[in-house]
Amino acid sequence: MNNSYEAVMARKNQIMKTSVGINYDKYETNYINFDFEEMMKDCGYSLEDVRKIQNDYGVGNTPLKECKNISALARKVSKPGYGARIFIKDEALNDSGSFKARRASIACYQAKKLGFKGVIAATSGNYGAAVASQAAKHGLKCIIVQECYDSNGIGQPEIIEKARACEAYGAEVVQLSVGPELFYKFLLLLEETGYFNASLYTPYGIMGIESLGAELYEDCKNQTGKAPDMVVCTNAGGGNLTGTARGLLKTAKEKIQIIGSSVNLKGLHMANDIDFNKKSFTTGHTGFGLPFMINPDRSDVPRSAGRPLRYIDRYVTVNQGEVFFITEALSILEGIERGPAGNTSLAAAFSLARELKEDQIIVVQETEYTSAGKHHQAQLAFARKNGIDIYFGDPKEEIPGKSIVFPKSVDLINAKDLDLDIIRKKYIQNQMTKSKVLSKKDIDFLVIETNTNKDYVLNEVKKYRVELEDLDE
Amino acid sequence: MIKKTSWVQIKKTILEPSERAANLPTPTKQVPLIIWVKGYLLADASIGDEVKIKTLTGRIESGVLVCENPSYMHTYGEFVPEILEIDKICKDTLFGGESNE
Repeated sequence: MNNSYEAVMARKNQIMKTSVGINYDKYETNYINFDFEEMMKDCGYSLEDVRKIQNDYGVGNTPLKECKNISALARKVSKPGYGARIFIKDEALNDSGSFKARRASIACYQAKKLGFKGVIAATSGNYGAAVASQAAKHGLKCIIVQECYDSNGIGQPEIIEKARACEAYGAEVVQLSVGPELFYKFLLLLEETGYFNASLYTPYGIMGIESLGAELYEDCKNQTGKAPDMVVCTNAGGGNLTGTARGLLKTAKEKIQIIGSSVNLKGLHMANDIDFNKKSFTTGHTGFGLPFMINPDRSDVPRSAGRPLRYIDRYVTVNQGEVFFITEALSILEGIERGPAGNTSLAAAFSLARELKEDQIIVVQETEYTSAGKHHQAQLAFARKNGIDIYFGDPKEEIPGKSIVFPKSVDLINAKDLDLDIIRKKYIQNQMTKSKVLSKKDIDFLVIETNTNKDYVLNEVKKYRVELEDLDE
Repeated sequence: MIKKTSWVQIKKTILEPSERAANLPTPTKQVPLIIWVKGYLLADASIGDEVKIKTLTGRIESGVLVCENPSYMHTYGEFVPEILEIDKICKDTLFGGESNE
């Protein structure tokens, strides 16, 4: 068989179909429309099924903890009467140490049910350990494919730790230097082994998080008698936000604001061999968050089940210095030591809390485990070694890849709003590259995908040379 | 000499710079795509030799022998004293600093 880069990429669709067990063509209708809800439904797991499976496999039922001192700290720098109660869902307590166990639990359960001998996932994040841990429980073989080193063999400390965790759970870890062609090796491995593609972006990878949305709502109601006013989700590939929002929609009657938050890594190119070790966050950042929101189908499956633009009410960014600061604050004020990347949403929540009244509630829906390498101390030491300037000032001054600026006073922690209108327009622009003709169904699809209305979509679509058919029906 | 069946790590170039994907940033385009894999050595060999290994999932991979018993050497790094300053800012703001003691 021809295993050149071009030949393997040309076989992509067939390899995907065999390794995921989903016929994505079934959901493709008209020109750009695809039936997302039908795809989710066809996978055959209800929210109750998901919760039962997770309960059986060491996942979920994590505690919701009120961060009283962090909330009090926010009130010190808020207008009188302002400064919401901040809660964290302590997802680090899942087996394998992050909410990703929820995603892996359903993927591995499905792989076992379909009779696959093993699972493969392409991830440099916590998902690797999550898949390895769940695979161990099911007696499945496991390969994790990671982007880990620059071309000189210098590894990102956080990713090196994640490799160790995967190996601790018995997985084989295949490590690569920087570049999107990791996908090429991933396809080769799927073909060679015939294992299940435990992609983060299949329906299994998303419905596993719906339980998190449902649980945090129930926990909040039980503990406070009220629903959360805001739920903040760290956003990278969009699955976390999508699954959490869907779980909330299935459980809550109240309207809850869904906030996405990412670390601002503006200016650093994700596929750049030199930039690779100049960033202190390997996930939860804008380098994934923005491209995946504008084009969710750029993932490792034909159609991603992570579609954050459908659910997001507000998208904010925080700087690396702010996230490290709040990670240390969580440790020193709450006695909870956790990994920095998972605290992206906590940094955002600290800032957002100042907009809300004292009796309002913000839930941060994750934490992640910490360890050597995967700790703000390790990341800061690595950054300093790579010539990054670390100092106290206004985090607004931070230049990703050049500086990390800690807030010199607490009031300088300020999440920055991204303009969702621009993101929605870019999303539509990207869709317009896929077809020159649009049907009524396609327009309806764009309305749902952008969470807007028909007038908004038609007005945007008119800017492109597309033919509209049957719109009056 | 590293004995057959030892646990080792190998390294291999899987795409030369000329074979890499289009539209890569220049620093990435100029270097090969490299892969590192661990497994059991299939024949006696020395560091730097071209070898074959059997991985944990039973796959055979070939490449240049990098090391025997690859270790986890990652740490918390050299101490970053600014972290203590963060503690001070947080506590002074919340509890009022030394005047509160």
